[in-house]
Order: sequence, then C-alpha cells, then structure tokens
Amino acid sequence: MTTTTPSTSSTPTGASEAHGRPHPTAHPSPRQAAHRPWETRPGIPLPRIVDVELRKSFDTRAGFWLLASIGLAALLTTGAVIAWAPASEFSYSQFTLAIGVPMSVILPIIAVLSVTAEWSQRTGLATFTLVPHRGRVLLAKALAVALVALAATAVAFAVGALGNVVGASIAAIDTVWDQGLADVGYFALGNTLLLLVGFTLGALIRNSPGAIVAYMVYAFVAPGLLAFLAFSQAWFSDARPWVDPKFNQDALLQGGFTAQDWSHLALTTIVWLVLPLTVAVVNLLRSEVK
Amino acid sequence: MIAVEEVTRTYGDFTAVNDVTFTAQPGRVTGFLGPNGAGKSTTMRIIVGLTSPTTGTARVLGRRFADLPNPGLDVGVLLDASAQHAGRTGREVLTVARKTMGLPASRLEEMFDLVGLTEAEAARRVGDYSLGMRQRLGLAHALLGDPEVLILDEPANGLDPAGIRWMRDLLRGHADRGSTVLLSSHLLHEIEVVADDLVVIGNGRIVAQGTKAELLSAAGTQVSTRQPDQLEGALTAAGIAYTDATAPRSTNAGGLARHTLRVEADTELVGHVAHQAGVALVELRDADGAGLEEMFLELTADTQRDALTSRPEGAVA
Repeated sequence: MTTTTPSTSSTPTGASEAHGRPHPTAHPSPRQAAHRPWETRPGIPLPRIVDVELRKSFDTRAGFWLLASIGLAALLTTGAVIAWAPASEFSYSQFTLAIGVPMSVILPIIAVLSVTAEWSQRTGLATFTLVPHRGRVLLAKALAVALVALAATAVAFAVGALGNVVGASIAAIDTVWDQGLADVGYFALGNTLLLLVGFTLGALIRNSPGAIVAYMVYAFVAPGLLAFLAFSQAWFSDARPWVDPKFNQDALLQGGFTAQDWSHLALTTIVWLVLPLTVAVVNLLRSEVK
Repeated sequence: MIAVEEVTRTYGDFTAVNDVTFTAQPGRVTGFLGPNGAGKSTTMRIIVGLTSPTTGTARVLGRRFADLPNPGLDVGVLLDASAQHAGRTGREVLTVARKTMGLPASRLEEMFDLVGLTEAEAARRVGDYSLGMRQRLGLAHALLGDPEVLILDEPANGLDPAGIRWMRDLLRGHADRGSTVLLSSHLLHEIEVVADDLVVIGNGRIVAQGTKAELLSAAGTQVSTRQPDQLEGALTAAGIAYTDATAPRSTNAGGLARHTLRVEADTELVGHVAHQAGVALVELRDADGAGLEEMFLELTADTQRDALTSRPEGAVA
C-alpha cells in the first residue's frame, strides 16, 4: 500500500543512503581548522524528503491506525454492499464508489496531521533545522500526500474488484465490469484533491483538532446546507457547480466529466484550493517555528 | 564557529533580542547565560533559522544556516527536548533524522550507546519518557550527524547529577576535539564548570562576555567580619576598593551582625590589611564562584523576575 517500512527496521533501505561521506563515529578524530566539509557536501534530494515525510505520516500510533482503518473500512464497506445492496445493483463502480466514502473521511485527516503535527507536536523544530527550507518540506509533504491518494486508489479498485467477484458469485449473477482506466484516473484525482483540501486546511490552521473540524465542516456540514439551499432555491441549484468545490469533487468520483464539468472543477479548485493554499504557504514560510 | 552580528528581533513594541553580537569559537565551549526570558532561546532560534531576525545576521561555519546543504551533518541542534511527537518511539525519532541526513542504520546503536538509552527505552514512545530521557534522546538527535558545531538550549534540564556530569564530559570532549559548542543555561554553576567563554544576556542585551578566566579574575576577594566599620576604614585607608555584599538575612549570632565585603584585591593583601587593623575575620576567600554569581545577579538584577531579597538557591547549585 505504501512504501514505508516498519519502525523497527534496522537495515539500510536503499540508494538514498549510499553517498560518499565516510562513516561517522561516536569519537571523531581531531578536526582541522581548514576542514570545510559543507562546501562539497551534496544537498538533501527531494525524493529522500518525500520518503521521510511519508514515513512520518504512518510511524505514530495515530498514523498507524489511520492507515489500518483505510484497509479495514474498504473491506467493511465491501462486505456491507454485498450484504445489503440489492444483487441486481452489483457492479464494479458500485463497489469502488462505496469504498470511496470512508476514504474521503480518513485520507484528508492524514494530510491534515502531516502538516499540523509539526506545530501541534512541535516536531517542526527538528524538521525545519534538518531541512532549513520550509518550501521544500511542504512540497515533499504534498507529494507524499499525493502518493497516499494513489495508493488508496489502488486499494479501492483492488478490494472493489474482489467484492464484485465475490458478490456476483454469491448472488449467482454475471459480474458487471463497468469501469475503465479513465475511472481510475477520476477516482485518483478526486482523492488527491480531497487530500490537498486537508493539507491546505492543516497549513492554514496549523492546529490538529481545529483543522480536522474545519475539514469535517467542509466535507459534511457545508454540503448538506448547500444541498438544502439548492433544493429550495432554483437559482442556487444552477449556480452551485460554479461555487461549490465539494460538489465537483464528489462528481469526480463518479467520472464521465464533460468540458463544462471540467471548467466547474477548475474554477472552484482555483478559488477554494489554490488561493487558500498560496496564502497558507506564504504565512507558513514567514512564521516563526517554536 | 558561530558568528552572531548585531542581531535584533522585535515583536511589536517588545524587543526580545537587542543588538546582540558574539562569536562561539571552535575548540571551546561557549556558555550562553541569562535569566528566563532574557532572549537566549530566541537568539538560538535565529541562529538556526527558525526565527528570522528583524535586523542583523547569524552565521554558522561562515554561512547562513539555510545555506548549509545538509545541516544535520554540520550542526547539531537541541532547542527543546520535549518538542518531539509523543506517539513516536525514541528509535523512530532518530530513524527519521538519520534518513533525512542519509546516514546508515548502524549509526543509531552507536548513538543509543553514547547517550545511555537502552534497547527497551529506545522502543518506548517519547510520550512515556521522563524529561531526563528526552534530553538524552535530544542529545543523540543532535550528535547523530557527527556535527562540527553543537547548539544546545538548556541541555541539562531534567538530568540527574550523574547525567549532568556525563553531559559535561561529553561536551568537553567535543570541544577538545575541535568542535564549537554553544550551550545556554539560566543556572550559573552548570555553565561555570564546563564553559571556556561566557556570554551573559539580560533583557535581550549582552551584559558581559569574555573568557571565563577574564570574568573570574575581576571578581577579587570575598571577606566576612563582625567588625565591618574597622575593616572598611582600614581598606579605605589602604586605597583598596570594595563593595558591600552582605546578604540581607545574614546570621546574627552573638549580637554582632556578620558583614560580607567584596574587595578588589587578592586574599593575601586583604588578610594583611585586616591583621594590621586588628580585625577578626570570619571568612576570607577568592570570590571566584561567588564572584561570578554576584556578577550574574547584579548584571541581570533589573531583568530578574523576583526581587533579590535573598540569594536565590537555584543560582548556587
């Protein structure tokens, strides 16, 4: 699912560690005044920071259980679909859509915590002194978050396929394979955007409970209110795709976008994701790490 | 080598660090001394780039900290031992740092051995650590990249006496091998025993700096007597300067109060003057430790949070 290794790993894990520096010892030889290692030292490559950030997302108790709950929730929702949905509705897309629901709750929390922990748990002191370029660390975090979205997509489609086969054989019907590669792309993009919303809220608020509550409002409270408004006011029903980002992100999971759908998505993403993210990053680069 | 030049940091109307200039030299332990809230931590955060200075520059190894390509290998930093994720194990905290620096896994065992954390302790979560264990982990974190410069903020906090001794020897060893060590403390004694150079800060300003020997030699002699008038008269007649350093709540045994003077002369001369004047002394000694302590309290008196009604226990250790 992810590239992280268990926390007890004691073996070197790859090429990122094989660089030319002599092995340091606890008792170094006397240094010379003219010794200037930093002038020739290679910098820290971005993939290594991404790897470390990915590891940091899952090496805490909270991270581990969030990760485990993604797999668990995927299996549970699949079981629920088989148990309670009418057999005539069994199809591949039915399963992946159902699996996508708990994922849209859990994945953004991972993204939120990846940013807020640096402040709430004060790990930023270590992180930003080991890599004194906050922009690079943030970029690495965003890339790590995107990798999580891709891995989650793979899980959703794998477990969904399994559920589809099992469900059809239990109900003794033909399996319906109604999705293609494009749908995988829609699903991955939808999840990535949701994770980036969590990332943005984390970077804006920099406080774990605050940012998680903000995401819950974004993902569950606001859509309900907006749906009610759209239901009661015809003008808003027409305007909603142009102003409601979550509406478009949910639509992404269903796939089949038209050119107009893409413009809805692009506009709401720029206004509700790109602009706040820019503000958050600028604030974060200037702020003091305490 | 750490060079801080004319660094000022303001927060609105409040000036946390005011025109601070000092250098920490390789091969020496530089003690950064000041009461709580004097600006030590802010200055250290400015050195490592976590806080930007309002004006001035701070350089480590001749560069801005952010221009070091892999700073963990050059500069070991411990600003706050409690600033680690409570849900991570000690081993995981070091693994994250080790991977960031690109060091081999074998380095971890060396570090745990060095700071005296057992295998079982390394496997526990940092949230369950005592402050002393966090300090040891923080030191391991700082030393992981075998850095040439160490920047440690109050590293002795929470360590037991044996731990403090161990850390002192470790820092001494590092400096003796040519490293630059900057450590801060609000406890004078802690710094006095290990530092070669001292930088004393109060209210955001540097109030004294120099080698420990320089600062100590200015301290003179401390002398106590129950006949202060005769002694003061004799000292004045001999042209020797002195200040009254009597603790306000000094003992009153035998009806005559015991007075303490700090005299700018060596013990032999003060003893001779007292003998000539027929003054009985209660105490006569070099004012070194006490002198530096007096200096520290004096220099920071107007920035001290508590009024100096008596000699604070914490500063004596």
